[in-house]
Amino acid sequence: MLLRLQFTSLKETKPSEYFWRFVFGGTVTVIASLVAHWFGPVIGGLFLAFPGIFPASISLVEKHKTLRESREAKHGAKSAAAEASVEATGASIGAIGLVAFAFVVWRNVPSHGLAAVLCCAFFAWMVVGWLFWWARERI
Amino acid sequence: MIEDLALRFLIGGLIVSAFAVLGDMIKPESLGGLFAAAPTIALATLALTLKKEGAQYVAIEARSMIAGACAFAIYASAVSFALMRYRTRAMRTASMLMLLWFGTAAGLWAVWLRR
Repeated sequence: MLLRLQFTSLKETKPSEYFWRFVFGGTVTVIASLVAHWFGPVIGGLFLAFPGIFPASISLVEKHKTLRESREAKHGAKSAAAEASVEATGASIGAIGLVAFAFVVWRNVPSHGLAAVLCCAFFAWMVVGWLFWWARERI
Repeated sequence: MIEDLALRFLIGGLIVSAFAVLGDMIKPESLGGLFAAAPTIALATLALTLKKEGAQYVAIEARSMIAGACAFAIYASAVSFALMRYRTRAMRTASMLMLLWFGTAAGLWAVWLRR
């Protein structure tokens, strides 16, 4: 299966939805920072992988699919749920990549520069995520 | 403190938005879904945390992040299963199952991180 970029899908998202994503993202980041400030790094670190905007993301996928199908005069509630489910499956694979990201940071940040560590960790997230996604598609 | 939080809000909002746009554009959807679990909060906060608290603090946070990410994987799998099996509404399902993330993260904290 080929990876492709579909720029037309950006038109489905309204400006207000971009705005709320920004607000959600900022708010979740602030909450994660406050948790670390109040309860320390052990509890705070858990919230670096908090799925704060995940419900909103899959809800948007469901909404866009429903709108697309209603324009085509289909009743899309069931297939919209299926599309949101596929998105959630992708997120579960991305979360495995997130484990790799965190592991690379944990083992390397005390002895290496943060910029290099974050680049390697991000690369680990992409590679592990892609590998698990590829393996799942093959199965 | 307020300035620090405002900066985190701004950076976090921008990074989350950028990854969300990428996730929207990338097809097939299952691959785009990976971006719903991108390390956005970590990328937004770790540099500021390192500057303020030091490398050891960041390493402790990253170790806990492993547990949070395991909880995320279990949570997202459960959401995916529930949506496919019961065809429920995405927002309601993902919000209700958020308890699973908290429960798993708390469990991993109790058996691994608290020691």
